[in-house]
Amino acid sequence: MTEITEVPSPFCGIGTDDLTIQVDGLTVQVSDNGCAVNTPAFEQAITDTSARVDGLEVSLDVAVAKAAELLRASNQPVIGGCATDVNGMRGVMAVADKAGAVVDNMNFTAARRNFLALQDTGWMNTTLAEIKNRCDYLLVVGVDLEGFAPRFFERYLWNKESMFLDNTSAREVVYLGKAPSGDASTSPAGAKAKVLACADADLPEVMAVLRALVKNKKIVAESVCGIAVSDLQAVAEQLKMAKYGVVTWAAGALNFDQAELTVQMLSEMVKDINTMNTRCSGFPLGGKEGDQTANQVCGWTSAFPARTRFSSGFPEYDPFLYDTNAMLANGEADVLVWVQAFNSGSVPPATDLPMIVVARSGMTFSKEPDVFIPVGTPGIDHAGHAYRLDNVVAIRLKKLRDSGLPSTADVLNAIEHAL
Amino acid sequence: MLIKLTGGTVYDPASGIDGQVQTLYVQDGRFVKQPAADVKIDKEYDLKGKVVMSGAIDMHTHIGGGKGNIARMLIPEDHRKDPVYRSDITRSGCGHAMPSTFTTGYRYAEMGYTAGFEPAVLPINARQAHMEMGDIPILDKGGYVMLGSDDYLLRMLTAKKDQKAINDYVAWTMNAAKAIGVKVVNPGGINAFKFNQRKLELDEQNAHYGVSPREILKVLATAVKELGVKHPLHVHGCNLGVPGNVETTLDTIQGVGGLPMHLTHIQFHSYGTEGDFKFSSGGAAIAEAINKNKNITADVGQILFGQTITASGDNMRQHANHGFANPNKWVCMDIECDAGCGVVPFKYRDQNFVNALQWAIGLEIFLLVDDPWRVFLTTDHPNGAPFTTYPHLIRLLMDKSFRNDMLATIHPEAQKMTTLASIDREYSLQEIAILTRAGAAKLIGLDDRGSLGEGAWADITVYTDNADREKMFEKPDYVFKDGELVVVDGKVVHTKWGTTHIVRPDWDISVEQDLQKYFDRFMTMKVGNFKISDDEITEDGRGSLTTHTLNGVA
Repeated sequence: MTEITEVPSPFCGIGTDDLTIQVDGLTVQVSDNGCAVNTPAFEQAITDTSARVDGLEVSLDVAVAKAAELLRASNQPVIGGCATDVNGMRGVMAVADKAGAVVDNMNFTAARRNFLALQDTGWMNTTLAEIKNRCDYLLVVGVDLEGFAPRFFERYLWNKESMFLDNTSAREVVYLGKAPSGDASTSPAGAKAKVLACADADLPEVMAVLRALVKNKKIVAESVCGIAVSDLQAVAEQLKMAKYGVVTWAAGALNFDQAELTVQMLSEMVKDINTMNTRCSGFPLGGKEGDQTANQVCGWTSAFPARTRFSSGFPEYDPFLYDTNAMLANGEADVLVWVQAFNSGSVPPATDLPMIVVARSGMTFSKEPDVFIPVGTPGIDHAGHAYRLDNVVAIRLKKLRDSGLPSTADVLNAIEHAL
Repeated sequence: MLIKLTGGTVYDPASGIDGQVQTLYVQDGRFVKQPAADVKIDKEYDLKGKVVMSGAIDMHTHIGGGKGNIARMLIPEDHRKDPVYRSDITRSGCGHAMPSTFTTGYRYAEMGYTAGFEPAVLPINARQAHMEMGDIPILDKGGYVMLGSDDYLLRMLTAKKDQKAINDYVAWTMNAAKAIGVKVVNPGGINAFKFNQRKLELDEQNAHYGVSPREILKVLATAVKELGVKHPLHVHGCNLGVPGNVETTLDTIQGVGGLPMHLTHIQFHSYGTEGDFKFSSGGAAIAEAINKNKNITADVGQILFGQTITASGDNMRQHANHGFANPNKWVCMDIECDAGCGVVPFKYRDQNFVNALQWAIGLEIFLLVDDPWRVFLTTDHPNGAPFTTYPHLIRLLMDKSFRNDMLATIHPEAQKMTTLASIDREYSLQEIAILTRAGAAKLIGLDDRGSLGEGAWADITVYTDNADREKMFEKPDYVFKDGELVVVDGKVVHTKWGTTHIVRPDWDISVEQDLQKYFDRFMTMKVGNFKISDDEITEDGRGSLTTHTLNGVA
C-alpha cells in the first residue's frame, strides 16, 4: 500500500489537487478530499486489459492494424469523444490530419454556446484564484453550481483566508434561474444565497432585462418570467457596487435554442459594468472530461476549436456541420472513432458504421465495436496534462499505479504510424 | 555526417566576418575545422555567389501561451483566408495573423529563422506555453517569464523584503517555469487593473500595495543582473500606445540607474503629443536616449499595414484600446493573481493618420539607433504585424528609395510629421545579420548559437543575393537546423524538433517554505504541482532542454 498526496484530478474540472490516494496494486482509494465526482472516477476498477477485434481478444498490434485498415478504407471518418489528456489529443490531431477525419469533442454542442459568443463579440473573464481572493459578489446564472463542482464553494468562496477580503463569509451569492440543489452556497455565517428562480428557457428574457437595468434603461414591466423587476434591479445595483463581481454560467446547462445569445448578453453585460467605474468578470464553467483540453490542443495545432474537419487536406471549422451526431444521422460519415479515456460510462453514439473505440477500461457496449482498445486513464495510469475549467491552468497529472495499459497517445500514435 | 559548404559569401558578425568568401564544415550538427585532406566529405553544397548567414533568431514573438490560443479561437475568419495543406512531411494548419503551431515552425524556417522566443510566459500558464512551443517544429524556442504584477512579488515589496529574497523568488520562478529570461509588462499595472485602476504612471502607486512601477523595475532589473541571467530584464513599459508616452519611456531609461534593461516593442512607447492630432513621433528622442545609454537595448515592434490581432499581457492597456477592435470583438482576462491578458484584433491602415505615423516611428527608431547590436528586428508578432512580414521590413531598412516610395503612399499628415524622408541610412547585410542573428543570440544569452564559428551549432541560412531584399529574404536557397537540411528554395523538405533554451539560476531553498504557505493559503494549486519538471518537456521523446551559462558562473 502506497499513499500518494497532492493528487490532481482531471475529472471535476476545477483542478482540485489536494487528494490523498491509497494505492494497493491496481486498487485505488481516495482517502482524503474526495467528492461525489472525483472519488468514483478514481476508484473505478480496471476490468478490460486486452484489446478486442470483432469481440475477440487480440494483441495491441493487431487491434492497431485493424483500426488503421478501417481508417484507410474510409472516405470520411469522424473522431468523436476526444476526451483525453494533452498528449492523447495530440495523437487525435495527428490521426485526423493523416486520415482526413473530423475532430469533434463530445461536449462541443454545449461549448458552442460559448464559442459563438466569443467569436462574435468576445468577453472579459477571470480564473479561480482571482475568485478566491477578490470576488465579493457572485451571480450564478442557470446552473446548479455545487451539482457541477461539489467543492467549488468550499475551495473558492468560503476559503478562510483571502488576500483582499477581510471576511470571505460576507461574500454575496445570488442564483438566477436554477436554484441550488443543496446548502454549499450558504455562507459559513449562515447567510443563504438569494434565489431568483425562473425556467431555463426564460433566461434570455431575464438576462436581457438585467442588462437593460445595468445600463439604466427604463423597464416598464413589474415582473419578468415570474421574477420581480425590483429584484433584478437590486442585482444590477449590487453588480455595479461590487468591487469584483463575478458572473458564472455553464454552457452545458443552458439547454435551450440560441443559448449563445444568452452567453453573449451576459458577457456584454460584464463588459458594460467594466465601463462603470468598477470591475466585473465572467466565469464559464466547463472543463470536464477533457473538453478544454480538446479545444486547446485542437486550437494550437489547427487554429480552430475542436469541431474541425481535415478531409480537404487542411483544417475547416464549422460549429454546426461537423457535429458527430449530425454527421451520423445524415449519413456523412463512414467510420466512427470514439476516444474517451476518462469515463467508461460515456459510450459512443449508436451507429451501424464500423467503429473503433479507444476508451477507459470497463466500457460496455450495446453493440460490440469492430475495434476496442482499452487505455489507461490520464492521472491514474499515466502522467499527462489536462486543462482546468478556467482554460488557463494546465494541471500536471500523476501516474498512480502501474497497470500496463497503454495511454491514448500510445494507441493513436501507433494508429497514425500504421496509416 | 560531414558536410562541406563551399565558397559562400559569409556574414558572421559573431566571428567578425563581413562578406568574406569562406568554406564551412559541419559534423554532427556543429561547425568544425577544415578536416584533413583525406577525410571523406559526405555531402558538399556549392554556395559560390550565395549569401551565408547563421539561422535567424526572433527574440520577441508570441508563439506560445494562452493568449495566443485565445487569439486563434477569436478569429476563425482570418484563418479561413490562409489554409495550409498537409503534405507527406508536414502537417496541415492555418496561417496569417496567428498561425497554428506547425505552420508557425514551417513558415519561420522557410524564411531562414531557426529560433523564436516567447516573451510573455505567465508562470501559471508556463506549461501551456511550453506545450504549444513543443508543437512548433524545426525551431528552437524559449520563454521569458512574466513577473511584476504577481501578488506574491507585490506583497514582498510591501513587506520590504530585501533584494536577496527577491532574487531567490525570481530564480525560483525561472526554474519553475523553465525560462531563459524575465519579462515585466506594464509593471504592476496588470495588478492595478484588478483594483480598478485604469492607468499607472511610472511613479504612481498601486492602490492596494502602495508600490510604483519604478520600484518594480528596479528590483527586477537588479535581480536579473545579480542572478547572472544574461538576458537583461525584458521591459514592456507603462502607458503602451498612449500619446505622450515618450516621456514615460525616457524616464524609465533614466530610472533604472544604469542597470541592463531591454525595452521591447519600443515603437509603441515612443509617442509625443504635438501637432493638430496631438499625436507625434518621439522616435528621434528615443533613439538618442538608446545611443547615449549603453545599458539599454530595444526591439522595435514595427507595425505594418493590414489585418492582425494583438495579444498582450497588458490587459489594462488592451482594455483601454478595445474601442479600436477590428473586427469588433475582444477578450480581456485577469489571471490567477499572477497576471492577465488582453486580445484585440487590429487592422493597421496606411490612410489612418495614427497608424501611418506608427509605421514611420518604428522605422525612425531602426534607422536612428547607431549600434546594430542594441536594436532588434521585431514586429512583436502578431501585435504589430505577423512575422511573415519580416522580408518586407528588411527591404524597408535596406532600400532607401523603396522606403521613400512607401512613405509617399501613407496618410499625408503623417508624412509631414516624420523625418523619415531625410534619413539616408540603409542597413547593410552585415547589420541585418547582427539584428537578426548575432545580436539576438548575444542578447538572449545563447551559448553556441547565432554564429558560424567553429563549435557553434550549425543553424545556417543561404540566400541568393538579390537587389530586391524582400525577395531575397523571403525565400532562402537552403536552411540547415543543427546541420540538417530542412528547407530548399523556401520550402520545408525535412522536419525535426528543436530544443528549449533555459537557464537555471540558483536560489535559496528556504524561499519555497514561504511560497508553500502562500500557495496553500491563497492559490488554487499546490506549490509542488505548480513547478514544471524536466520530464514534462522531454517525455514525449521530441523535446529537449538546453541550459545556458550565467554571467559570473562557469
